[in-house]
Amino acid sequence: MHSSVGHSLILALPLVVIAAFFILSMLERRKLGSLAPVSFWRRNGIAISSYLVIAVGLWTVIMIVLPQLYMVDLSLRPKLTPAQTGGPRDVYTLENYHYFLYGSTTSSANWNTTHIKAFFLTIGASVLVTILNFVLCYPLAFYMAQVTTRARVRIFMLLLITPYWVNEVLRAFAFRVLLGSQGVINTLLLKTGVIDQPIDFLGLDVGLYAGLAYAYLLMMMFSLYNAIESLDRNQIEAARDLGAPWWYIHWSVVMPHAKPGIASGATLVFMLNAGALAAPLVLGGPRTLWFTPIVYDRFYQAFNWQQGAAYAFILLLACIVFVLLVLRLFRVGLGEIAR
Amino acid sequence: MNSVAINRIAIWFYIGLFFLYLFGPLVIMGITAFNASSYPQVYPFEGFTLKWFDGLLRDSDIIYGLKNSLWIGFLVVLVSVPVGLAAAILMTQVYARARSFYYLIVVSPVLTPGVIIGISTVIFWREMTGATGTRFLYDGTLMTVVAQSSFISAYTMLIFLARLQRFDRAQEEAALDLGASHPQVFLHILLPFMRPAILSAAALAFLSSFENYNTTTFSILADKTLTTVLAGRLRQGTTPAISALAVLIIAVTLLGAVVYELLKRREEAAKAARLRQAQREEERSLAPAGMKP
Repeated sequence: MHSSVGHSLILALPLVVIAAFFILSMLERRKLGSLAPVSFWRRNGIAISSYLVIAVGLWTVIMIVLPQLYMVDLSLRPKLTPAQTGGPRDVYTLENYHYFLYGSTTSSANWNTTHIKAFFLTIGASVLVTILNFVLCYPLAFYMAQVTTRARVRIFMLLLITPYWVNEVLRAFAFRVLLGSQGVINTLLLKTGVIDQPIDFLGLDVGLYAGLAYAYLLMMMFSLYNAIESLDRNQIEAARDLGAPWWYIHWSVVMPHAKPGIASGATLVFMLNAGALAAPLVLGGPRTLWFTPIVYDRFYQAFNWQQGAAYAFILLLACIVFVLLVLRLFRVGLGEIAR
Repeated sequence: MNSVAINRIAIWFYIGLFFLYLFGPLVIMGITAFNASSYPQVYPFEGFTLKWFDGLLRDSDIIYGLKNSLWIGFLVVLVSVPVGLAAAILMTQVYARARSFYYLIVVSPVLTPGVIIGISTVIFWREMTGATGTRFLYDGTLMTVVAQSSFISAYTMLIFLARLQRFDRAQEEAALDLGASHPQVFLHILLPFMRPAILSAAALAFLSSFENYNTTTFSILADKTLTTVLAGRLRQGTTPAISALAVLIIAVTLLGAVVYELLKRREEAAKAARLRQAQREEERSLAPAGMKP
């Protein structure tokens, strides 16, 4: 298919969807019959209605939906010179995805092991960091939500929020100061004579994983806290009175109640890790290949935006699959996790 | 020693470790900002100095980046607060399946990695401005405002939604019955009710924009913000000047957080006082006639 068709399709699609959305909301209203609330325009008046529709319309169409569609569209095009664009060679192709798998746009002889390995390393490490964050945060979230006093929770919250506002780049830098070959820990170990050669924490990726686990810890904390906080303390008391051991109370009373919070924390932390750019750039060893810096290089080193778009879309697909898996695993709806 | 005491010690030990992990790296980075040694280190401490801070103020790139970051943050607040508010109000007025579909669309930016938001925005605007001959719109600062607002609006929407859940629609209906117009109801009833949420949303939007790196690094094109200048410096090498910058940023954040907390407490105290006053007056008017002073 020639790719000029694509753009008209992409531009028409949001219009169709918006029309469908209006028809759907009208039908839903009609179904309620006499119980239906007053119509949108009458309820808000012309001025406010226009503000709502224009603001939300511009945001959803121009800022959310169209950019994503354009990205997918670009990923399906070949890299051409400006003169060739729109010409007979400007047709849809899968060659950018082919490149991700085989490291060449035409031959399928060899796997593109560098990129594929980096992709799976990123996904696997992000899953591990997500689990680690859950383990680290759960006890404190439970303590804050169910055990301690309100005044103390407030202080804890303030303490938790402060480092959260420190820039991601600086958080990564803090770990470089700590773990670099001339860093604080190495200096300390050398001076005390525990080691006689500095340990290459960054080369061993200790720095990267410590920094990643640190960077998005608080997303997990707040999600867990909000979910556990809404649990009635009496349920825990009741379980305890009935003789349940502490681990059983957590397993079958607290955690089932906190499921939406666990799911939302997990999706957020995973997504932030898989898309992290600062920590891999600042803390990654010379041999580490995280996926996001590869995507960055497609754009601003190789100047192959078509390939970059394909790589970005692969990353996005991985995140979508993860969200769907978590939703399935925890049996919760999207509305419950994104709160 | 009984098991309760052991439990308590274990919990505090864990909390201590947790906060050590949280603050330790930042504190150490902070100390290196004051050490005269040219590599950021705590030990040996070669003498107290403020020269790294002094150097920052003379660094034109950092000053430029800071100004641009503040400007972008301001614009992002201007975009994302009204958009988030509109999106939240609309959410309360759609139902059933239409609502789930709408929710999926507006919440998707929260679950999309920041790099992808930056990439897709730049791709879209490059093609769009190229096709329509409006290339001047394809500008780093503008792209960054658009890209950041697309997900920050979703954050502000979530704040507004939480507040709207406590809104009593009877107030709106009462005003309409008493002859107020729709814009009047919006301006004099809904907006004042949303005020605290608007302030929180603006603060959150500004901070999210100011500290953002992932989206910005793609959308900023040839321009600079504080975080991209910072990341560029970090690639060149590690110097205490970066620690000094971190100390400044943390100090400003801390100040902001404390001020915000104090304001919130004062507002709560004022609200409690008003409530007590109202209760006293109600009791007085309900008291039997003979007991009135």
